[in-house]
Formats: sequence, structure tokens, C-alpha cells
Amino acid sequence: MSLRRPAKDQPESFEFNVSSLEAANVIVAKYPEGKQQSAVMALLYIAQKQNDNWIPLAAMKYIAKFLDMPYIKVYEVATFYTMYNLAPVGKYFVQVCTTTPCMIRGANKLVEACKEKISENECELSNDKSCSWMEVECLGACVNAPMMQINDDYYEDLDKQKTLDILDKILNGETPKPGSYRGRVNNEPENNRKTLMDLKNA
Amino acid sequence: MLKDQDRIFQNLYNDKGSDVSSSQERGDWVNTKEITDKGRDWIINEIKESQLRGRGGAGFPTGLKWSFAPKEVGSRPHYLVINGDESEPGTCKDRDILRFEPHKLIEGCLIASYAVQAHVCYIYIRGEYFVDGQKLQAAIDEAYEKKLLGKNAAGTGWDLDIYIHYGAGAYICGEETALLESLEGKKGQPRLKPPFPALIGLYGCPTIINNVETIAVVPTILRRGAKWFASLGREKNTGTKIFCISGNVNNPCNVEEEMSIPLKELIEVHAGGVIGGWENLQAVIPGGSSMPLIPKERCETLKMDFDACVEEKSGLGTAGIVVINKDQDIIKCMARIARFYKHESCGQCTPCREGSGWMWRMLERMAKGDATKDEVDMLGDVTNQIAGHTICAFGEGSSWPVQGLLRHFKKEIEKRNNLDPIVQKKNNIPYLVDQHLLDKKNA
Repeated sequence: MSLRRPAKDQPESFEFNVSSLEAANVIVAKYPEGKQQSAVMALLYIAQKQNDNWIPLAAMKYIAKFLDMPYIKVYEVATFYTMYNLAPVGKYFVQVCTTTPCMIRGANKLVEACKEKISENECELSNDKSCSWMEVECLGACVNAPMMQINDDYYEDLDKQKTLDILDKILNGETPKPGSYRGRVNNEPENNRKTLMDLKNA
Repeated sequence: MLKDQDRIFQNLYNDKGSDVSSSQERGDWVNTKEITDKGRDWIINEIKESQLRGRGGAGFPTGLKWSFAPKEVGSRPHYLVINGDESEPGTCKDRDILRFEPHKLIEGCLIASYAVQAHVCYIYIRGEYFVDGQKLQAAIDEAYEKKLLGKNAAGTGWDLDIYIHYGAGAYICGEETALLESLEGKKGQPRLKPPFPALIGLYGCPTIINNVETIAVVPTILRRGAKWFASLGREKNTGTKIFCISGNVNNPCNVEEEMSIPLKELIEVHAGGVIGGWENLQAVIPGGSSMPLIPKERCETLKMDFDACVEEKSGLGTAGIVVINKDQDIIKCMARIARFYKHESCGQCTPCREGSGWMWRMLERMAKGDATKDEVDMLGDVTNQIAGHTICAFGEGSSWPVQGLLRHFKKEIEKRNNLDPIVQKKNNIPYLVDQHLLDKKNA
């Protein structure tokens, strides 16, 4: 299990803004009547998006009221799933996959790059508070290893230099282009494709 | 090598685009009504005859699973749930289906929903695949627009609504009952079985749960016939499969191939060979991290299908092939996998919650050569105490890779860890020492 704790400094209150409220109502309508608790995961995401990438306790209380469920049940969900950030992570949240398929293709170099550019320790904000990084478990892009995720986007086929370049960009407030950084198309074997060639050349 | 016309996922590399019209050119949605007009029993029988086995890891026969759904809808509605919580290290096939072949999946959902009499289908996608999920959502919206979903979907007379539900980074939600818990808005902790989800599943209603790839191949099987699908591969291991080849190969890739294809052919032909040549191969994990590794000697002749992998005391799992060459420290690789399982244990059953961390700490020590001789046997003992003593299959999943390491690389571990516990030696092991190991008085 992973150990997760809410941040020490918590805002006093939290409320959905207009667009979040609209999104939340759409989500609740997906589930049968009386089963609105199902929407809790999606609502936590919405709260996280609205609140600069992290979920304060006040938001959990708000969602509990919103869905008419006990606060502890929302707290349970928020602390169980690792994608809910319980403390500020900055505008750019970098997640480096270091599970075995990425590890054997040099994920530790990506970690080194993050240490150099962002902060010495994981889950620690950079000097300008805009960015933080952490090691995560398999992100499901193993044939594009090593890779990392920044907010919603995947950055694939990396090495140390390419990672440094990407991190430079986000520290300047730019959003680099997601996808493969070795110029390959999706998940095809680079320069070695032997299947579906008619479609490729069509 | 499989002929191109026998490949189900023609757009695996997105040469053609994933919108409705290009999907229709590839044959999706062409005669959905004709298929459903043949009736539920025909569909389920055809899937049974095709011998399609679930692509999510366990390899359970899909037709049989569908036949478990109650024949008549009672007071409780039926549900279809698609498992797209692809988190097994080494596996990234479902992602390509979600983003490049969404209409195969959506059409499969319609046919499967019709077969098990569900009017609502939830697709559970892991939270990290948010961008790919958005692409699927766009495809679903397009399908609604073209009347392929909703009331009288695709003219079949069947009403179907599809909703996407995002996970939030929990591997365990790939286990079907944990996935249901998560869909209900709870912690993803697996349920005891029985009752099985086919009778009591989502919201206590009959629920059929299938992997993304399983459902996405269904329309093609029904179009081209069960005989065609069963003619590929071998008995009980039929059809095609998307293999994900990652790790120390020259061209890591996803490729759709025939079942029972030799592992060596997959690596040499499609993935451009092992880095450093075939001789440099150390071991292969054939089916995602939870399957035991297979050493080089056995890889020479191994055929990639469910039963052949079981004969090698491993498993096809999700067909996520991780190639490990001799430049890697095999103990360290397995220690990292053990760390994965320690991180992902849901904490419900004690053997798994405590044991997964214990295995990780021991393996980390063994990788450094800090373990004692007796710990090697103890590690094997711990794996046996976990496997089979937990609610879900995570217990097996976490202990099998360690058992595989012990089965094939025990000598390597013993060579590196030759500390004798009886000889009192001062070892400075500064981190994470199990308390009972410090107590050497009775050793």
C-alpha cells in the first residue's frame, strides 16, 4: 500500500465554480438514480482540476454534501487512489514511470534529470513553486519506454537530454508537444515495420 | 507470419484515422443489424465456437461467460462493463484500441450488450489514459450523432447507452470485483466470490465484465465466422492477439499476430531482435509482470499461447512481453516488480498487504548481497504463504514473479548472498530491516 497524507496547510472552504458545477451535474446523470455515489471519483477530479492540481479536505467535505454521502467515504476514496493529489504539486506535475520495463531502458536517467531541474526530492515543489515530480508505477506505455507524464500528456521514447529539454520548457511556462520524442509513429516498430504495409504506403 | 487480411486491428498504427467513416471503410458498423437479427443464442454460440478466450489475463472463455447472464431480465437490469484499467507492467494494447480503433470497441459493446441484455454499458478506463479516453469519448459522441448508439442503436432495435468511468491510478481496479467497487464510488477492494458478478455485480445487478480487446474482436469474429477465428492458432488457443514487446529489444512495438506464434519469431522479426543479439538474452516475462519469467533456454522453442505458457509454469496473461538481456541485474528487475506490488496492494488481506512489502525488502537486500543464506528459503516460504490465501488473484500475481526468479535464478541469488546467520557478523544494513531478522539469538 502507498502511504498518503493530506497537506498541513488547508484552505478554509471550497466550492465548485460554475463550469465545474455544470460538469459535475453531467457526470451525476451518467449513473442510475440513487447511485450518485458512483460519481465521487469524477467529482474529485473536477475539484482537483479547479484547485490547481490538488484536493483540499474542504473539497472532500463539499463533495460529500453534494452527493449526499458520508465525508469519511469520500476521504477513503481520495486517500486510496494515488492520482488524487492531497497536497500542492504545482501547475506542472511530472510523473516518471520507473517500473521494470521502463527501468531496464534507463528510467533512472529521467529521475536524475528531474532532480537536476525541478527539486532534489520527489513530491517537493520547485523553487518557483510551479512544478514537482514523483516516481510512479507503470503508466501503461511500456513499448515507448522510458516515458513520463506531465499533467494529462504522455512524453515517450525519452533519454536524459530530451527530458532536460522538456523540463526547461515547462519551467519557462510552455507546454511541450506530447508523444514520441524519437519521431516514431505511435507504437509501430521503428524502421522495422513488416505488417499492414499497404495501409502505411496507401 | 499472419496475413494482413487476417489482422483484426487494421488501424493499430493509426494509418487511416479513427473516425466513423474511416472505420466503416474498414468494415465496422456495416451490417450490425444482420448480426443481431440472428439472435442472442446464435451470437453466444458463435463466440463459444470461435473459442475466444478473454484477453485481460485470465483467459476465461468469453462465450461461456456471456452464457452465465440470466436468460430473462428480472426486476434488476443487466449491465455490461468493459475493463480498460490496463495497468499490468509490460502491457499497452488496450490504449491503442481506445485511441485508434474505438469503433471496434463501441460496436462490440453494442453486440455484447444485446447478447447479455444490457441497456447500459460502462467503460472503465484507467485515469492516466485521460487523453485516450477523450478520444474514445469523441468516438462515442460521433456514434450517438450517427444513431449508432442510443435508442434503436444502429437500427438493431436495441437501446444502449455507453458511459466512460475513469479510474484514478489503482492497479487493483483491473480485478473485476474491485473494478465494480470502484464504479460504485468506493475504494477498489475486491469482493469475495461467489456470488459472481454475472449474477450479483454492479449495484447488485447481473453484470458481465470483459476486457477491451475481447470485446473489440467480437464484431469481426461474428462477421467472418467462428470457423475463420478458430482456424488461427491452435485448439483452445485460437485467433489473433496483440502482443506488446518491450524491454531490451531493438524495436519495441505492439503487433497483432496469430496465437501460438513462437516467441523467438516475435522478438526477432517484429521487435528487431534482442539488444546485443539473441545470445545476450537473459530471460523473458511472457505475459505482464505477474507471470513468472522464463529463462533463455526455454525461450528458444516457447510458443506464445495460454496453454504452452502454462506448461512452462508461466502464463500468457496479457501478452505483455518484457525482454530482459544480460546487461540487466535480474534480481534488481524482480525487486522493482516486487516494489510495484507492494505499492499496489489494496491492503484488504493481511498476507498480501504485509507479504508484498516483505518480499520487496528481502529482494532489495538480495540485489545488494546483504541477505543471509536462510533468507532465500524464507523468501520462497513467504510467496507460498501469500499465493492462494487472499481474496483476489493479486496474491498470486505478486508472488509468482518471485517464485519464477527462485525457480530459475536461485544459484545467482545464493552466489551473491552467502552470509551465514550462525556466524555472528556485523552487518550494517541501515534500512528497512525486519525486526525478527535482527533477533539472531535463536538462529
